[in-house]
Amino acid sequence: LPSHLREFVLSGEPLAAGASLPRIEDPQFDFAIGRTARTVRRTWFDTFDWRLFRAGLTLELVAERGGGEFVLTGRDGDTVAVQPAGGQGATRIKFPCAVDALPIGQLREHLAPVTGVRALLPIVKATSTLREHRALNADEKTVAVVTVERMTVTQPRHGDTAARLTIRPLRGYDAQAAKLADSLSGAPGVEPAATSTFESALKAVGRKPGDYTGKIDVRLTAGMPAALAVAAILDALFDTVEVNLPGTIRDVDTEFLHDLRVAVRRTRSVLKLAGSVLPESVVCRYAPEFKWLGDLTTPTRDGDVYLLAYPAMAAHLVAATPDELAPFHDYLARRRAGAHGQLARGLSGKRFADLARNWRLELDVISAAPRPRPRAGAFAARRITTTHQKVLRRGAAIGPDAPPEALHDLRKRCKELRYLLEVFASLHDPSQQWHAIREMKALQDCLGEYQDAQVQHAELREFAARMMDERRAPAATLLAMGEIAAKLAERANVARREFAGRFAEFSSPRGQARIAALTKAGT
Amino acid sequence: MRVIATYNIKGGVGKTATAVNIAYLAARDGFRVLLWDLDPQSAATFLFRVRPKVKGGGKALVAGKRPVDDAVKATDFPNLDLLPADFTYRNLDLHLDNERKPATRLRALLAPLRREYDLVVLDCPPSISLLSENVLHAADLLLVPLIPTTLSVRTLDQLTEFIAGFDGKRPRILAFFSMVDRRKRLHREIAEELRASRDDVATTAIPSLSAIERMSVGRQPVAALAPRSQAARYYRELWLEARERAKLSVRPAPPGQTGSAPH
Repeated sequence: LPSHLREFVLSGEPLAAGASLPRIEDPQFDFAIGRTARTVRRTWFDTFDWRLFRAGLTLELVAERGGGEFVLTGRDGDTVAVQPAGGQGATRIKFPCAVDALPIGQLREHLAPVTGVRALLPIVKATSTLREHRALNADEKTVAVVTVERMTVTQPRHGDTAARLTIRPLRGYDAQAAKLADSLSGAPGVEPAATSTFESALKAVGRKPGDYTGKIDVRLTAGMPAALAVAAILDALFDTVEVNLPGTIRDVDTEFLHDLRVAVRRTRSVLKLAGSVLPESVVCRYAPEFKWLGDLTTPTRDGDVYLLAYPAMAAHLVAATPDELAPFHDYLARRRAGAHGQLARGLSGKRFADLARNWRLELDVISAAPRPRPRAGAFAARRITTTHQKVLRRGAAIGPDAPPEALHDLRKRCKELRYLLEVFASLHDPSQQWHAIREMKALQDCLGEYQDAQVQHAELREFAARMMDERRAPAATLLAMGEIAAKLAERANVARREFAGRFAEFSSPRGQARIAALTKAGT
Repeated sequence: MRVIATYNIKGGVGKTATAVNIAYLAARDGFRVLLWDLDPQSAATFLFRVRPKVKGGGKALVAGKRPVDDAVKATDFPNLDLLPADFTYRNLDLHLDNERKPATRLRALLAPLRREYDLVVLDCPPSISLLSENVLHAADLLLVPLIPTTLSVRTLDQLTEFIAGFDGKRPRILAFFSMVDRRKRLHREIAEELRASRDDVATTAIPSLSAIERMSVGRQPVAALAPRSQAARYYRELWLEARERAKLSVRPAPPGQTGSAPH
């Protein structure tokens, strides 16, 4: 049965006093009215960035007296996996948690590739009262179960939803159930449900699925004052910082900090490259504050990068065994835990609170009376062109013997260009923007791989020295780390060799034309 | 997946009542059950209020032109599905004979259902035919209702002998006395004698009870219609014996389902 015939919303109060179901004028069907109601507690889960929703999946914990189960459904509402939860003998799962905390089974197998490093969070909770009625044909045979559900959202805050009516055909009775659905849809106050139960629950608390994305979502126009555009961008970036703050402090998963850091870096780049349209005092005051914020996050993120890459590093050991490398993991984990403690204290402290409060006030002042000139379109085009030219010049100067620092510097300039393209994206043609970003990304990936491998190689030596000082480094562990160092050096060499080709592609007339097209369209 | 068939060459001995109640009780215990009503008289189908109609008829099913699971209908009871009877089943022998391995065709048709069901119950028409031979080859356990008469006992001997001649897989037999009138001395004597001489006769006997006859009025298994009746209790005991003989392991009922309430 297609979903539009399966679920209905009872708008207003279509049930007559004392009636259990809307009145339908169809002599083919009769109903056996369910006398008892069930109470069900429903919790929906997703990652913070809606990875399940974007993959067309819905994860729900349905609990009632005597136990419950996790139900994973696909886009068409079909069940993908079911896993008992609660009840006797079942492991209690404490959310938020990584997908690894779920018991081994089909559910985890389906979820793991989708959630990746992100934790599963309870997004919304509700309590439903369900009353099931049976639709009977002329032989008094049940052809479908009609459920009327009244749901109240309980978390993150209280909210009411319209009653829903669901038709579940019995196997082999799809055609009769479809006729029943037709009759029901003609009844007064009965509308086909436009959204899922999950979406209705979200709507009741003012949310919608997919309402967070790490991308910048600011609507700019070419004719608006550049100062207003830049203030709007900075405001949106700080939204990202703040929305990721609790997850970073509670250390829910590594991506909260990642997204927070990216927003801080973007803010710093915007201040640097587009700050000329803002009052100079603002830039002078806040550029160092955001540098402080960025620096505060660096040690934890470095730890995350190592720990995230650790399983692959251990798996690729040839001479050494993963067990021999384990003390290195313990060392990294300890370091990272210490760094996170400092980060959490910093983000919960006065300096950050002052920054947050004053920064918003400052942006409000700028937005209230922006300088009328320059206009956003022309300004963005100029900034992108200048930064693009800088990337081209610096890249062209990098020969086979250039020092690593030259490539590191180019990487920074590329990031700046990328951020400019992204923050002014709403001024550009989406398809041209996509092509330009794709080309940039290929060059950036190469530069990133080179620098990461190089920096990690150097750091690994430092870690080994410190571990020896702290007497935490058995000889076997140091040998295993040596193997990893060799792999990192090899990765850096490969990336270095690939650089010339990638840059040639980026700086080719075609590559240059892609960026030029953006700047033209933006004005 | 296990296959239990109710079989007897004679009609009116309680095959359908047994098949329907055993299937219902197994489903209530949490097993995923399919009941296939192979009898063109369609009594089991009638009891579950399903129309006795299979698209393409028996021919399409036997020839594999229509997958068996396509014709399945849910009953009003959780975990219990029905493959309805169809009047064309009266020609099943002819259709089976057109197949490459006519005696084991039914077994082949059931094979794809292995993932979906724990138990298939076959309700067979009274006959000795190619269809019944198919049933004997497909079943893991034959539930053989016997009226306590000397002639019925002879039938059981013949059946045992016939199965002994099978190559490879042979079904186990669980005979039980059906429609027993406990007031009749002959019934009591025959039952006691047979139980003493054979180990494939169930301890449970199903008496002739009006509650069982009322199934056709209420159109439900007696175990659902009158769960506390004597009849329901006897079928429950028979089911437990059959379950043990068929080596069906205990399966917990899925959460949220009591098993006894209709869908």
